Amino acid sequence: MEQLFPILILCLPLLGFLVLGLLGPKMSHKLAGWTGVINMGITMVLAYTVALTFFLGESTITEPIFNYKWLEFYDKLVISIGFLLDPISALLLIVITTISFFVHLYSIGYMHGEKGFQRYYAFLQLFTFSMLGLVVATNIFQMYIFWELVGASSYLLIGFYYTRPSAVSASKKAFIVTRFADLGFLLGILILSYFTGTFNFTDLNNGNLVATQFGGATFMGCSLLTWALVLVFMGGMGKSAMLPLHIWLPDAMEGPTPVSALIHAATMVVAGVYLVARLFPLYLMEEAALMIITVVGAITALYAAIVACTQVDIKRVLAFSTISQIAFMMVSLGVARPEHHEALGYMASMFHLFTHALFKALLFLGAGALIHAVHSNDYTAMGGLRKYMPITHITFLIGCLAIAGIPPFSGFFSKDEILAACYANSPFWGVWMSVVAGLTAFYMFRLYYRIFWWNEPDYGHHKPHESGWVMTLPLILLAAASCVVGFIPFGEYVHFMPEPYHIHIDPVVAVSSVLIAVIAIALATVMYRKENSLPDKFAKASCGLWKAAYNRFYWDELYMFITHKIIFNGVCRPIAWFDRHIIDGTMDGLAWVAQRLSITIRPLQSGSVQAYVYVYLIGALLLGTITAVCIL
Amino acid sequence: MEIKLLCYLIPSLVMFCCGVYGFLTRKNMIAMLISLELMLNAVDINFAVINRYLFPGSLEGMFFTLFAIAIAAAETALAIAIIINLYRVTKNVNVKDVNKLKG
Repeated sequence: MEQLFPILILCLPLLGFLVLGLLGPKMSHKLAGWTGVINMGITMVLAYTVALTFFLGESTITEPIFNYKWLEFYDKLVISIGFLLDPISALLLIVITTISFFVHLYSIGYMHGEKGFQRYYAFLQLFTFSMLGLVVATNIFQMYIFWELVGASSYLLIGFYYTRPSAVSASKKAFIVTRFADLGFLLGILILSYFTGTFNFTDLNNGNLVATQFGGATFMGCSLLTWALVLVFMGGMGKSAMLPLHIWLPDAMEGPTPVSALIHAATMVVAGVYLVARLFPLYLMEEAALMIITVVGAITALYAAIVACTQVDIKRVLAFSTISQIAFMMVSLGVARPEHHEALGYMASMFHLFTHALFKALLFLGAGALIHAVHSNDYTAMGGLRKYMPITHITFLIGCLAIAGIPPFSGFFSKDEILAACYANSPFWGVWMSVVAGLTAFYMFRLYYRIFWWNEPDYGHHKPHESGWVMTLPLILLAAASCVVGFIPFGEYVHFMPEPYHIHIDPVVAVSSVLIAVIAIALATVMYRKENSLPDKFAKASCGLWKAAYNRFYWDELYMFITHKIIFNGVCRPIAWFDRHIIDGTMDGLAWVAQRLSITIRPLQSGSVQAYVYVYLIGALLLGTITAVCIL
Repeated sequence: MEIKLLCYLIPSLVMFCCGVYGFLTRKNMIAMLISLELMLNAVDINFAVINRYLFPGSLEGMFFTLFAIAIAAAETALAIAIIINLYRVTKNVNVKDVNKLKG
């Protein structure tokens, strides 16, 4: 029993993928969709059972539930597939299966009648399987395998509308960028395992032992352990869309909206945070690596928040908001130290991961309902929708309040812990992240007012209307969850130190952050509640900052310049020339010589028996003569 | 004894050369086959004669001769069969026409 549930949790989505993938085309849309939903529902129930048994029971197991030796090359190089249950993996089990279940249910309405409906469900199941395998990984190599599987299924889902060129290029972009980052991850794994001789997290997280095994080896002035950890973090940067590897996430919004909710808001993008959290005891050994995480996270958070204030496409606003929120979690991990509030940042990061998954999935699913209603991604096509879509309106508002950090919604609690952790580390990061939190409130309410207030555009004959129950039910449940999960005594269950952490609200931090959020919301209200010229005036007055932010600070152009102008011309062209002229030339030359030679000697094979006999005779005589001469 | 040996060897040499000449110049495959037999028989004579005059105590040369005759008979039968079949296809036995299998 203890082993059966975990195995089933992994096997059911895989089975669902195989069944839907192989038999899907023979099924009706309805059957395929509900098969997926029910399969995911069972998985969710199993995951809840396992996770709640773990949290509520007094079990203190740190050993993996099972660890099957998958590939055994020799006694030092063993790759296992297993199931590790600890606070953070149990938490992620709950998050992934919940969001995945809601997305499955919601998609029945959202994807209704789409071509490739069964394929869509098969890919969703594959993604859920890979993500679950990633979080329960017992060793870093298993994590890497599932990490790549997650990337592949994300590629498949972003490119779901494969007839649309923009979707195809977005999926390629996501795959290439994350794959590039994974190169760093792989190098990090290789360095780590070379020195420690193990892949297991339990062994790797014994920081002092690992440090002795590295024995102070250095490379280019930094210790190799730092290098390894920074390279592993690079993999996390790719998946979690940290600057400068963030460019794929906004484009990934080309996929169906529920996919964005599942992959690009709630689960896959937090894989990087999860990876750092998983190896956190090791990261604590290297101050430099943590510093890099903090700096990258803080810059990304600010950058993404500024860009989110200017975007027109509602999914892109949410995408940049996701980048910013994940950066919050990264910063939180980066500033966590055991000496400050018992590594509060670690707990805060996981708490924010949990609450963010719920309210960001809610916001994305809400955005999906809006897009479904008005058939456009841009908020310019929306406005005044509160009258037409009341349920979406209320749930979206709850999501906005949660992300803005207004009590008593869930985002307030987790963001407050993060800010407290930042202030505990250094007031600089605290102030920085408070500013970002204010921007978060501003851009979310800018979006909210533009969609639900502002002035109505001409909707024509087809007035937007509320979607069916399969789409509103997940919204309502997620909104309800966003209202209450903040009250969970999270520190009792997930904590870095052996003893539980008791969450307490720091009044100074809490009041100041709420005050900032309220001011930001008030500003957004003034600027966007009714149609007016304030936003335009503000954009003009900002001396180009607005335009730069609107163009995402030209990161894409920079990448285009680097890849097209520098790499293509400077590296690829010479290589192509070398390949075409030197490598191919050698082979072509060999073939040419062989051909000429064969043409020359082909007439010898005349088919005339007598000619052969002549040749033979002359040869025989020649040989005889030579022999005779030699003997005499 | 030397003289007697030469009396056999010289005709055998003449036979062999005739065989080679005929094999190279004749276009008719039957004639080529006859030339081939001529060469084989010349060799047989050599075997027998040398065994008889130089190594009278042993019999290997004789056995070789008998073997060669038997094998030559089989080979001739095979060659004739091939030639007859070829004739059915090409309606002649000219060796110039039998080059369909060249490279």
